[in-house]
Amino acid sequence: MIWRIESARLVAGLARVVGDIGTAEELAQDALVAALEQWPAEGVPERPGAWLMGTAKHRAYDLIRRRKTLDRKHEEIGRSFEWAQEGIDLETPIDEEVGDDLLSLIFTACHPVLSKDARVALTLRIVGGLTTEEIARAFLVPVSTISQRIVRAKRTLTEARVRFEVPGGAERIARLASVLEVIYLIFNEGYSATAGNDLVRPALCEEALRLGRILAELAPEEPEVHGLVALMEIQASRLRARVGPSGEPVLLLDQDRSRWDRLLIRRGLGALDRAESLGGALGPYALQAAIAACHARATTAAETDWLRIVALYDAVAQLAPSPVIELNRAVAVGMAFGPAAGLDLVDALVAEPSLMWYHLLPAVRGDLLRKLGRFEEARAEFERAASLTENVPERELLQRRVAEWAAEPIAG
Amino acid sequence: MRVLIMAKEGEQSAAATPPTPEAMAEYQKFNEELVKAGVVLEAGRLYPSSQGKRVRFDGKKRTVTDGPFAETKELVAGYWLWQVRSIDEALEWLKRAPYEGGTFEVREVFEFEGM
Repeated sequence: MIWRIESARLVAGLARVVGDIGTAEELAQDALVAALEQWPAEGVPERPGAWLMGTAKHRAYDLIRRRKTLDRKHEEIGRSFEWAQEGIDLETPIDEEVGDDLLSLIFTACHPVLSKDARVALTLRIVGGLTTEEIARAFLVPVSTISQRIVRAKRTLTEARVRFEVPGGAERIARLASVLEVIYLIFNEGYSATAGNDLVRPALCEEALRLGRILAELAPEEPEVHGLVALMEIQASRLRARVGPSGEPVLLLDQDRSRWDRLLIRRGLGALDRAESLGGALGPYALQAAIAACHARATTAAETDWLRIVALYDAVAQLAPSPVIELNRAVAVGMAFGPAAGLDLVDALVAEPSLMWYHLLPAVRGDLLRKLGRFEEARAEFERAASLTENVPERELLQRRVAEWAAEPIAG
Repeated sequence: MRVLIMAKEGEQSAAATPPTPEAMAEYQKFNEELVKAGVVLEAGRLYPSSQGKRVRFDGKKRTVTDGPFAETKELVAGYWLWQVRSIDEALEWLKRAPYEGGTFEVREVFEFEGM
């Protein structure tokens, strides 16, 4: 458990010294091994974090001295000499500057030079302190896949000479977007598991939320960080209401709202306020959070402010037009202005190539058709949707809905 | 998982000596560290039990008693709600808290019933 608490700070502090996170992680692990050997006999030091950092920095210093000797042989003395001297500071208390180091670590692990999968794995490993086994279990892939992904990611960072730093200026905006994307990918894999037998994997949502909350403390001036945190908190507030007694999915409007987590809603609305007061009301995450907040504020499904949701989707669509957003907007329009208006919008998306294999398109279309009394077409759409999803409980829900109409075809 | 930490620091009576500024600063530093690590969901301190009430249920009967309550060692003076990955992680954090006395109870919050 020491590792879980200390690893990110440790690796971050060491990476500032040695320049790359692969070496930093090895040094941190060596220090942990030393701790596990010494602490049982000598007692846990008063400040375990400082002890680990001190031990690891001594090793880093040895390492740099060895590198320096090697460099000297290669007649490249000057630069790394200075580097070693300015980098090592064993006296500074570890609490200083740790924030910036941690932020650098997050930015590095989420560097756009890496594939999305690599960013996700590296972030969970290095920033979240998860073991390779835990990550593999969470994503239902073999351990070897994750460990290779992490090894390759570290190598890519070294080869691309990615600097260990908090980027500034225009680069910061793009890099921050990558960080937010990674955290939200982790959250979504937990929130709507794309494969396997579980509908949700709360542990991944919790990891993502924790990363988001940490980031919000490290970069409190960034409105979109609060926007993302707000979105995740509000979505996570529904986790236990989204799954029925036998593991089946429960759609938003059918959920028992008394099971929504009021604490997370309150935290989410608070984070949304912060995003908006920092001038970030129109950021993509803040907008999605504002939509989620419309549902969170409605005591019953019937009280949902669909007009506001349509307006918010309009804003999202202007900012980042995408067929998936259009589909969501169509649902809101269907609720605000009737199923026929919604269906018009969905029909325009049927030819969209990127939605060809997206199961929610036929699911939404089927729902609108059903409301319009066109049951035969609705059934065909639900059957298609069921054939397109790899998530077992979701497929069963779709199949069940078809079966229910088969039993009483006129009920609607 | 979520854990509730109940701080049983003994009775916080108005007569008790207030914490020194140093102790307060230590505590705030610890709490800040927890917040920065994304652990704290909620935290609060309670007024002394002299301002508290108890409601006892006995069939249809409800009996309200005024504080203060006698069992001083068991009285909760404050609480935290933490998001952690295990009880062990919670213990690791808690052991770092800058307290000189009292008992802190760590209890997992029941979540995701039926899952």
